[in-house]
Amino acid sequence: MTDGDRADAEDRDADRKSNDGQRFDRLPATEAERTVEGRASRREVLEYVDDRFGIPPETFDDYTFWEKGAGKIWIYAGEASSPLEIEAIGMTCLRTRQEHWKPTTDFVQRFGRHAQTCVIELDPEAARRFVAGEDQELEWDGDWGYLVVGHELAGDLEPIGVGMYVHGELRSMMPKGRQRKL
Amino acid sequence: MEALERYRPIVDEFERFLAACERPLGNAVRVNTIKAPVERATATLEEEDVAFEQASWNPRVLRLETDSPGSTWSSVHGFTHGQEEVSAVPPVVLDPQPGERVWDCCAAPGGKTTQIAARMDDRGTVVANDNNLGRLSALRFNAERLGATSLAVTNADARNFSMKPFTFDAFDRSLVDAPCSCEGTIRKNPDALDNWSEDHLHSVAGIQKGILRRAIQTTREGGTVVYSTCTFAPEENEAVVQHAVENEPCRVVDFDFDLEYAPGLREWNGEAFDPTLERTARIYPHHNDTGGFFVAKLEVTAE
Repeated sequence: MTDGDRADAEDRDADRKSNDGQRFDRLPATEAERTVEGRASRREVLEYVDDRFGIPPETFDDYTFWEKGAGKIWIYAGEASSPLEIEAIGMTCLRTRQEHWKPTTDFVQRFGRHAQTCVIELDPEAARRFVAGEDQELEWDGDWGYLVVGHELAGDLEPIGVGMYVHGELRSMMPKGRQRKL
Repeated sequence: MEALERYRPIVDEFERFLAACERPLGNAVRVNTIKAPVERATATLEEEDVAFEQASWNPRVLRLETDSPGSTWSSVHGFTHGQEEVSAVPPVVLDPQPGERVWDCCAAPGGKTTQIAARMDDRGTVVANDNNLGRLSALRFNAERLGATSLAVTNADARNFSMKPFTFDAFDRSLVDAPCSCEGTIRKNPDALDNWSEDHLHSVAGIQKGILRRAIQTTREGGTVVYSTCTFAPEENEAVVQHAVENEPCRVVDFDFDLEYAPGLREWNGEAFDPTLERTARIYPHHNDTGGFFVAKLEVTAE
């Protein structure tokens, strides 16, 4: 491939309208700058975590957001050019392109301490059941849907992961590989 | 242990060395300061009644008195990560700073990579490369559990690594934790010496030279390259660094850390090494009751 060919290929990439599951693309800043249909914008991501969990947008000033695969959003603190074909950058943080956006366990463990709303605190026994992957009946008078699930640890509330609350039941979203019997 | 007999002339208190190699190793974890400061991690272990001892040379390394260090809240939250004590040495010698660009060229399964990210306060770019896709998935799992957001993960043979995906053309620092004959892991893995042969040492040494060469080429002038192995063989240690010093723009520099170790060798099997090779470190199992390791620190110089 000559340099001229490469420049042409990059031009074509910039005009690409659909999502490419093999590479990372940085999220457009706003909806107005979106070229790939269905892709979330950075502004929408920040609004979602602010509206749902009360995490201030400035928490993410030093991070970029990327999509690889349909609706899988990654958060990254380092440098890279977009588009990017490598194995991974930063961590997966959100699933979009579904009716209710869903944060990942790793994202909630890392940034969930900034959350002000939709945070449920479990007692020690309930926390053990949650991390083992068990669903449990318990009372919650806040919004239904995805919650930050935390427990008291060494004098502070520490987020464990993501729970799904509906009809009086908290469902554990701990991934199989992160579940533990404690 | 017969393979180790060849080191009788170079290892002090050789019988103590052999005896240490035959003792199994305890459980060590590193505190992951991306998720929690040392005080919070140790308070969590105390709350869980897990006894531990902080390593004197590095308060972020804990020796745990439990058989299942993964089944603790501390591990679930990513406050701690199972990592052998000596394996925490190379990132400390590398001394990466927040905001820098760092290449970890043989990164999987990611203990040292995430330690590098933590020492940089997870600010900057850590390119974590490995040629083995299966081991990379372990690295990605560990990196996400430990909350590292500054890693870019690549799958390539480090010897011909391309800078093309990145917006910069040189790293500030590189860690070459090279694939090796693993003699120093015998306490953890009793099968480590089963396939030992001198031919094997020489063949991995060729790969090691190629990787170290690429790391020096991709690191800026004045930047730092740390070369490490978990083996005792001079063919894979001093001889590889000697080859780099002779063929690439670099020099061996001093470093110090608060563990007992022996200086690098001046000669082996009739081959003389540059006097600066004495600035490298050989960590033996009987020195600090750990596994074995070799560490060299290089500065990249002008052509």
